[in-house]
Amino acid sequence: MAQLTRRSANLLKPFSASVSATRHLTTSDTTPITVETSLPFTGHKIEPPSRSVETTPKELLSFFRDMALMRRMEIAADSLYKAKLIRGFCHLYDGQEAVSVGMEAAITKKDCIITAYRDHCIFLGRGGTLLETFAELMGRKDGCSKGKGGSMHFYKKDSGFYGGHGIVGAQVPLGCGLAFAQKYSKDENVTFAMYGDGAANQGQLFEALNMSALWDLPAILVCENNHYGMGTAEWRAAKSPAYYKRGDYAPGLKVDGMDALAVKQACKFAKEHALKNGPIILEMDTYRYHGHSMSDPGSTYRTRDEISGIRQERDPIERIKKLILSHDLATEKELKDYEKEVRKEVDEAIAKAKECALPDSSELFTNVYKKGFGVESFGADRKELRAVLP
Amino acid sequence: MWGIIRQRAACKGNHASNLEQGIRAIALRTFSSSAKQMTVRDALNSALDEEMSADPKVFIMGEEVGEYQGAYKISKGLLDKYGPDRVVDTPITEAGFAGIGVGAAYYGLRPVIEFMTFNFSMQAIDHIINSAAKSNYMSAGQISVPIVFRGPNGAAAGVGAQHSQCYAAWYGAIPGLKVLAPYSSEDARGLLKAAIRDPDPVVFLENELLYGESFPISDEVLDSSFSLPIGKAKIEREGKDVTITAFSKMVGYALQAADILAKEGINAEVINLRTIRPLDRSTINSSVRKTNRLVTVEEGFPQHGVGAEICATVVEDSFEYLDAPVERIAGADVPMPYAANLERMAVPQVEDIVRAAKRACYRSH
Repeated sequence: MAQLTRRSANLLKPFSASVSATRHLTTSDTTPITVETSLPFTGHKIEPPSRSVETTPKELLSFFRDMALMRRMEIAADSLYKAKLIRGFCHLYDGQEAVSVGMEAAITKKDCIITAYRDHCIFLGRGGTLLETFAELMGRKDGCSKGKGGSMHFYKKDSGFYGGHGIVGAQVPLGCGLAFAQKYSKDENVTFAMYGDGAANQGQLFEALNMSALWDLPAILVCENNHYGMGTAEWRAAKSPAYYKRGDYAPGLKVDGMDALAVKQACKFAKEHALKNGPIILEMDTYRYHGHSMSDPGSTYRTRDEISGIRQERDPIERIKKLILSHDLATEKELKDYEKEVRKEVDEAIAKAKECALPDSSELFTNVYKKGFGVESFGADRKELRAVLP
Repeated sequence: MWGIIRQRAACKGNHASNLEQGIRAIALRTFSSSAKQMTVRDALNSALDEEMSADPKVFIMGEEVGEYQGAYKISKGLLDKYGPDRVVDTPITEAGFAGIGVGAAYYGLRPVIEFMTFNFSMQAIDHIINSAAKSNYMSAGQISVPIVFRGPNGAAAGVGAQHSQCYAAWYGAIPGLKVLAPYSSEDARGLLKAAIRDPDPVVFLENELLYGESFPISDEVLDSSFSLPIGKAKIEREGKDVTITAFSKMVGYALQAADILAKEGINAEVINLRTIRPLDRSTINSSVRKTNRLVTVEEGFPQHGVGAEICATVVEDSFEYLDAPVERIAGADVPMPYAANLERMAVPQVEDIVRAAKRACYRSH
């Protein structure tokens, strides 16, 4: 029987700290457990790491907690969008949670992550809170970007999270730039530049990879291959959908992205590699249950059987659940109770976010520049609305 | 005589090194004052050198900036002085290296990204606008981007349609960007230093034909702490009959036009914009309120150009002061032709500015 103890909020990941009630399902037990990944890694121009991953009860339970929270958050966002409280774009990550939690387990907040627009869970993984997420999605002033960014523009620079980008593929050169700066500053940290199978064909990606390889930048390009670029299946978009091989001269690793431990192992391996030898590509074989965004039902280009099949066979939370149960770290009931708690936590955060005010009108004109030095800016009718930029 | 020397230098472009030495020799003999001379090229080079020396976070990146000493020799000597980590030669991949530069700026470095000409910036324009200009706003101040994009802008001589476009109007439209356009060596030094020190993304529009041109320069300008304020235009020549606004190479043409107009009794005030964004509306309007007439001059395409914005701002803020319609001199509304006679017709000439100023003064030629 596992040791379940009441823990203060300090030992929990920051985003869980918003609930003041005592937490269950945590442990300080760090007895090593060795688990085999579901599949072996496949390497391109590199010897892949071992399938045996070291983990601990503490880590496994934290994986479960974090992924359950992410899953619940995204499903709640779906409802909020349908209730028209979230506007514009909303790209949901449910199904892909293992990539975020596995990566976080392998790295520190001094390493940088940059991704595209499917960024809510990455933000959470980097230490963002539920309130900041929901408030931003609903365009309120307590959002992580004060309501001025929206779903696609979450940032948390103090934890090395550089967004949140709307232009497909742009985040990859930006990520290589972060790696350039890390090397320039001699920081001994790495950058994970995440992109999808749709973005994998972008020219600027190859331009950035070329320079990263020439200059030995500590850049790790992570392709979250969920097999569909919006409505286009990978085999219709890429002559070679073996994205881990597309780096040509750059080594690559194909990883089961639904297995958080495999993701962790791969990211750890990649970080060591990148610090010594320059860029490496990780292809995470993953899946999104939702469509591309909330305006896409996600069922016109794939079958419902495919979706439910993945949910049945490869769901990342179910995998961790099985491990927890097989190692007697918790009971089925405890896990279910926890999921109920998560639901409650998410509902509370949403309720709180709904109470938040919209940004003040004066915020229209803030942050245009970091240093505005008294420059004037205008509203739609400049005789009616002008402001001096701070 | 000085005007003729300047115009000859302007036509020779970057083959001016011998000519430039010759000009300097003539100028030094001609002027008895102790004013030093400096080419725009040397002004830019010295500004880069001093800012790199002062702040280890400043680095240069672009095609041929290092071993080649710069396509136009603007970064000459900097590789030897600062090493390949800070003077970085790139492959011919603008989208890639502009993105890398912006990412480095996100992290806190201060990149100076060179486009061999701004025509090639179109390959990277998404990074300039969406990754750089808008980030501080979208992140509500979390991610600022202290980057400079610099390089030659506008027409050179005989380089044809794809290598001659002026980008001042396009970049000048974007909130979040600062857009500078130096004319003289003092402008080049002061504005480049200000740009590198500025915490926001700056588009720095140089001019290839000005690189070899020499200008007098004071000790104050030569001091390493010198910089010019962003957003402030300079009155190059005071006048009372008509205001002529210009930027970059056209400032020289406007000054020549003013000399010609003076002989005909028209006293023109020439404003060197120095900054395209934020536009110094206050200086422009004050001048028009004094002269009551306005001619805008630019090299770029006329539609939605810088002159259009200046005209709108004057009509909005100083309508009652205008005694004549605003005149616009701009590049011809055609892609740049190659043949010398057609090219001459496609770019504003001094006589175009003179004619427009006379029209604004209701004088026929």
